[in-house]
Amino acid sequence: MRSSAAIEVRGLVKRYGDTLAVDGIDLRIERGEIFALLGPNGAGKTSTVEILEGYRRRDAGEVSVLGYDPATQRRQLKPLIGIVLQSTGVDRYLTVAETVTMYSGYYPNPRPSDEVIELVGLAGKRDSRVSKLSGGQQRRLDVAIALAGNPDLLFLDEPTTGFDPSARHEAWSVVKNLAALGKTVLLTTHYMDEAQYLADRVALVTGGRIVAEGPPASLGQGQRSATRLRYRLPAGQTPPPELTGTTMPDGVTELVPDDLTLTLNRLTGWAIEHGVSLADLEVVRASLEDVYLELTGPPAAPGPDSAQPVRARRRGWRRAP
Amino acid sequence: MSTAVMTALQLRYVNKMFWRNPVSAFFTFAFPLMFLVIFTTLLGHGTVPIGSRLVNQSTYYVASMASFAVVTACFNNIAISVTFQRDSGVLKRTNGTPLPASAFLAARIVHAVFVAVLLVLITVAFGRLFYSAAVPTGLTLLRFVVVLLVGAGTFCALGLAITTVIPNADASAAIVNAAILPLLFLSGIFIPFGNATPSWILWIARIFPVRHFANGMQAAFLGTAFQWTDVLVVALWGLGGLLVAARHFSWEPRT
Repeated sequence: MRSSAAIEVRGLVKRYGDTLAVDGIDLRIERGEIFALLGPNGAGKTSTVEILEGYRRRDAGEVSVLGYDPATQRRQLKPLIGIVLQSTGVDRYLTVAETVTMYSGYYPNPRPSDEVIELVGLAGKRDSRVSKLSGGQQRRLDVAIALAGNPDLLFLDEPTTGFDPSARHEAWSVVKNLAALGKTVLLTTHYMDEAQYLADRVALVTGGRIVAEGPPASLGQGQRSATRLRYRLPAGQTPPPELTGTTMPDGVTELVPDDLTLTLNRLTGWAIEHGVSLADLEVVRASLEDVYLELTGPPAAPGPDSAQPVRARRRGWRRAP
Repeated sequence: MSTAVMTALQLRYVNKMFWRNPVSAFFTFAFPLMFLVIFTTLLGHGTVPIGSRLVNQSTYYVASMASFAVVTACFNNIAISVTFQRDSGVLKRTNGTPLPASAFLAARIVHAVFVAVLLVLITVAFGRLFYSAAVPTGLTLLRFVVVLLVGAGTFCALGLAITTVIPNADASAAIVNAAILPLLFLSGIFIPFGNATPSWILWIARIFPVRHFANGMQAAFLGTAFQWTDVLVVALWGLGGLLVAARHFSWEPRT
């Protein structure tokens, strides 16, 4: 499968024994794009990425990474990609500069080591032993190593898992720098804010399938819970029947309008007409988090027939384009 | 870039890393000398019959400890350090780069052989000074170099092979020692065989490569008979080790 996209995947399947880790994933990632695979642990993100990197064999489907099939053309692919694995394994007795120089020596057209070290913000540590780096600094070194060969495409597998907030922001700024270099980046994460902050597009993965895909801001659209309207009435007031919703213990009524503009107009019109104040009126847009929890979380009230909660819950959802 | 150039580049870094862990480097060199002194002090006062000849037990230990040094520097070090690199993710990371697997492993093997040669030189110098060991010359020296290189290569290959049954780095030292220590004893490395040595032990020594390698080393230092069959058995074990490693070697942690 030849493709102009950086990554193109169709019908990808991966089994481990009886477990279906990846269950028919389709992906198209354009060059220069930062794309996030977002999902809980065990969703199949790492399996997918490791198939694209050439570490694992797929059981079915078509894969093209920079025009190559990682299963059969890994040798041609290796010089063009940079990989940041989940675990950070580096030889501890070399310095930062030596490590980056060593790895850049493996590539035909490396990027100057000092430039790479500067780019990930480790210039002040260039002569420190790797064993002396903090967790956040080691992760930046991982990125530096992945960049050493000046790759077109970068894989970042859970780049900030286990980080404290400041280390996460360090890592994020490094990834943002990569975008400025025009690199294509595929990252996996189980942090919604990370996907939201870093990615041009997000695919939500759960149970080995993509259940939603699109730019982070648009992911909520098309979901049942996309936009909610909330308001609170003074005690004793009842709203018109077509504007009732769920009333929460604190007196706030929440409804999911089919047409937000129309409903909002009716509600405010009714309030003005009756001289009622609408305290705490707000329009709540679904965040990526809402979508994530709805699509990946366990069902609120599991029934006896919910053996396949994810599939059951997917019924009626429209996949974002 | 050719694999040879890549190996040479990689070798520089392997060497750097080795000397930057001075405690480990120190004991790699001190250990065989320490054993040489301990064994010759405890048991090195008599003579050992080898074939029709009687040799000083202290001289015997020079050859034995030189063999032991090669086994430690190659088999133990390769097995333990590669398992550690496998478990810490270094192997997986390297496997994702264009560096050929052969260059990565060859650099480690060449370095282990280099350390083994240094160790043998030190042991021999020490033995020459204190235990009147003969230093090989001429044809004997040439044969000795062959034995040393074939032996070192074989024990490196076996070190790679045994990583395929080591589940994790924590278990590596235990498994490596369990595999090699009994064999060193059963091959007469620490305590020379005598007339009363049971035949099953002699058979074990005949099957496994350690005794054959030590025979080759002895031929150089003690002037005992040199036999190419010894070299052949050692080389066959090395080949077997390579085949096992090629078939089952893992670039990723096993757990």
